[in-house]
Amino acid sequence: MAYKRQIDRLPIIPKDAKEHNVTCHFCIVGCGYKAYTWDVNKQGGPEPANNKFGVDLAKAQAGQDAAWYSPSMFNVVRQNGRDVNLVIMPDKACSVNSGLGSVRGARMAETSYSKPRGTQLHRLTSPMVWRYGQMQPTSWNDALDLVARVTATVIKEQGEDGLFVSAFDHGGAGGGYENTWGTGKLYFEAMKVKNIRIHNRPAYNSEVHATRDMGVGELNNCYEDAQLADTIVCIGANPLETQTNYFLNHWVPNLRGASLELKRREIPGEAHAPGRIIIIDPRRTVTVNACEVEAGKDRVLHLALESGTDMVLFNALMTYIHDKGWTDKAFIAASTKDYDKMIAANRTSIEEAARITGLVPADIIKAATWIAEPKDGGKRRRAMFAYEKGIIWGNDNYRTNAAIVNVALATGNVGRPGGGVVRLGGHQEGYSRPSDAHVGRPAAYVDQLLINGKGGVHHIWGCDHYKTTLNATLFKQVYKKRTDMVKDAMSTVPASDRKGLVDAIVAAIKQGGLFVVDVDIVPSQIGQAAHVWLPAATSGEMNLTSMNGERRMRLVERYMDPPGDSMPDCLIAARIANHMERVLREMGDAAYADKFKGFDWKTEEDAFMDGYHKHEKGGTHVTYARLRAMGTNGFQEPAIDFKDGKIIGTKRLYSDGKFGTKDGKAIFMEAKWRGLQAPGKQTQKNKFAFLINNGRANLVWQSAYLDQHNDFVMDRFPYPLIEINPADMAELGLKQGDLVEVFNDDGATQATVYPTPSAKKKQAFMKFGYPTGAVGNVVNSGTNELILPNYKQTWANIRKLADAPEGTKGITWKSQEYTAG
Amino acid sequence: MSKRCDLKIDMGRRLFLRGGAAVAAGAAATVAGQGLAEAKPLPALVDYPARKLANVSQLKPNEPFDVAYPDADAPGVLLKLGKRVEGGVGPDGDIVGFSTICPHKGFPLAYNKSDRTLNCPGHYSRFDCEAGGQQIWGQATQNLPQYVLRVAANGDITAEGIDELLYGRLSNVL
Repeated sequence: MAYKRQIDRLPIIPKDAKEHNVTCHFCIVGCGYKAYTWDVNKQGGPEPANNKFGVDLAKAQAGQDAAWYSPSMFNVVRQNGRDVNLVIMPDKACSVNSGLGSVRGARMAETSYSKPRGTQLHRLTSPMVWRYGQMQPTSWNDALDLVARVTATVIKEQGEDGLFVSAFDHGGAGGGYENTWGTGKLYFEAMKVKNIRIHNRPAYNSEVHATRDMGVGELNNCYEDAQLADTIVCIGANPLETQTNYFLNHWVPNLRGASLELKRREIPGEAHAPGRIIIIDPRRTVTVNACEVEAGKDRVLHLALESGTDMVLFNALMTYIHDKGWTDKAFIAASTKDYDKMIAANRTSIEEAARITGLVPADIIKAATWIAEPKDGGKRRRAMFAYEKGIIWGNDNYRTNAAIVNVALATGNVGRPGGGVVRLGGHQEGYSRPSDAHVGRPAAYVDQLLINGKGGVHHIWGCDHYKTTLNATLFKQVYKKRTDMVKDAMSTVPASDRKGLVDAIVAAIKQGGLFVVDVDIVPSQIGQAAHVWLPAATSGEMNLTSMNGERRMRLVERYMDPPGDSMPDCLIAARIANHMERVLREMGDAAYADKFKGFDWKTEEDAFMDGYHKHEKGGTHVTYARLRAMGTNGFQEPAIDFKDGKIIGTKRLYSDGKFGTKDGKAIFMEAKWRGLQAPGKQTQKNKFAFLINNGRANLVWQSAYLDQHNDFVMDRFPYPLIEINPADMAELGLKQGDLVEVFNDDGATQATVYPTPSAKKKQAFMKFGYPTGAVGNVVNSGTNELILPNYKQTWANIRKLADAPEGTKGITWKSQEYTAG
Repeated sequence: MSKRCDLKIDMGRRLFLRGGAAVAAGAAATVAGQGLAEAKPLPALVDYPARKLANVSQLKPNEPFDVAYPDADAPGVLLKLGKRVEGGVGPDGDIVGFSTICPHKGFPLAYNKSDRTLNCPGHYSRFDCEAGGQQIWGQATQNLPQYVLRVAANGDITAEGIDELLYGRLSNVL
């Protein structure tokens, strides 16, 4: 039976409630919200004079009205030590979402820490240390002293390469400019840590190396371009579920023809029609369905290609467009180089592409035509190219990324209205760090080094390898063994004997043990192996800046207290640095201790001014006060000026035809097909029956670190789903909801069966990074040459473990595709 | 009951409560005990009107029957699903009632007979009428508000409550 809150009324926001600018801290889109807070014993009234909206709340509000909030947008939280009512609701004035809330963002209030209402009580509230066989609370000074002593001792013995780090590099929750700068300054300036990796991959590298090497930054357009494009090309992405309000508020109007007026106004002097869309994805997603509903099937082209063959398709599109003479020759001549070399190297016939991709030749030609055939009147067709994890976590990442950017550049679709070649993004961005040049290229394969017994100390910042790495079965086995050695050693010494404790830990490390410090907002799965937990604050519990997928930078204003003793990551990094300095001085190494100076920040704003303001392009124009005044619309980075009380930003990158290379010319790149590139993939494919495609579900944010404690989510998805075609289910003797094991030579994991008639036979799709079943267990260790993992091309067998578990009884298994009724 | 009539009743109740509070405040200045004794405490729950929505004889299997509850501004539907479901009432335990305003952005939902779901044309949310209105997929952060129903011996179906907040209202009963 569906979960119901049994809430039939909510407190009304009074007129004098405090208002805070909020950007949703979950996905890249960064929808604008407002947080309203007021005393817990007060409320407004239905009369217009007595509520924040100034409207008559004694009447039912109409659809899409701005004056309604759902129970999930309400909570009671602490603010400056007192309980207050909190409503976090979408902001109609924000151009990103125009008042829309997604099923994730509209639960920000409900997924906040609240003692009175019992939400997210699993949040970490004290530093915790392994004592007496379990994690026990302690003071910051005590925890940080232990961290600094063990870290300093290991560095003395092994050098800085003995310190391994896993750290977020993004914006939004578990990131942001303040916190990437704090961690970056610690590990890249005070130290030069090389064995570092990012939250979702086993190395410190870009997910989109190729486009950057070509001089084209990956977030180069604006959301309005999706309303202006003649054709949107969506590659390995599912924006209805993973960039929801970007899709609903900017793509759908174009597909419906509702943005024609905007097109005529912004781009006069050429023919305009409702947008078309090409979706390149082996799977029929709800995005495909929604596009067909809005645009009609004749303006949607779903190219359901063989998994991992996108590069061949784009090379064929490039070749066809070239041969037809549909390229932007003036742009190629003025702003690019190596075009001829690229055309010669990547030449691929339609027939060859059809053979490898499994597509029909006519469909490939149709795609080329929709992308580049000149419009009525001879004007260049405007196409916007948007890709995400199907490419980023897909076969031969670097070359495939290049093949896509080649087509966008050749058709003149970078830096112009209705164009762009962009990643759609996962989290928001918020990267501000000293140079990482010392990390090298390729970067160290950190998870493999940990498996190989390297490193003595591991600092983890908001990462959970147990849920989100590849080769996870082996990783977890080795990691547990190494960290247990240290736990066992710690248990032999009284906790109060600091010297004895450090000696025991260091001795265990010499035997192959690993000492782990986990900084997080919640107890994570990898945290179960850690020896110290340091509790962090999240967005809204601290002031936090980030930018979204069109480089729109906003400040989330602190609207509540962090739980217990937790602190912003940037300040935790600063306090680690302070303790390192003290301990190193005590150890007699004044020169090394001096490197840890400059961390005297008291607030997150101090970190922002030290980092973004001083170091980022245009940063001098940006301060908290100015961002506050820019509200939920902020500005688009980079800032170029501050005028008339406003930060002036940049709507599109490269609109002057100058790219991010030394000579300003974008570089076309060779991208030769070499089959399934990552080691071990072809063997796995030959041996196992099912493609285990994997990715996100609409309802769940990231690895469910908050959603795992949200009743609304867990009622729907107690276990990760695996979507399987009913014919395959019959063959395997499976019923809906059955618990199955997904297994291959690399490991095993579990999921519950969701019958999916639209799934291709022998192509299953499983939720990625779920707490109750990690797909990474069956992803092999193969990466590309730059250590980018390939999660998507994974093959395994499926067999039944058990009938539908109790938690799944009564939930719905109907098709997720909308039908008009 | 007409819309106008409902509103009058509601307005009367609100005015009454406000008047009571004023009496209490005024009394506090003089004799506190007496004044407080006259004050009417607010109920902890919203008082739902009991409202007859239909008679069992009017429902046909899998044919949506339009209703409104708790007042005329709150459209909903009664369904005879033809199979016993949790929360179902009537002789066959198969009668359910739901709000038909999408709890995401307030768009009207459409019933799909073939799979017994309510679908939102605004942002493609879907709700399963056979599973307590569970959102199959969508952007609402609530499952679909379902009616608490009672069936009398003569077949009259009366609604007496709702299990989630209705879109557009900060109190289900206005």
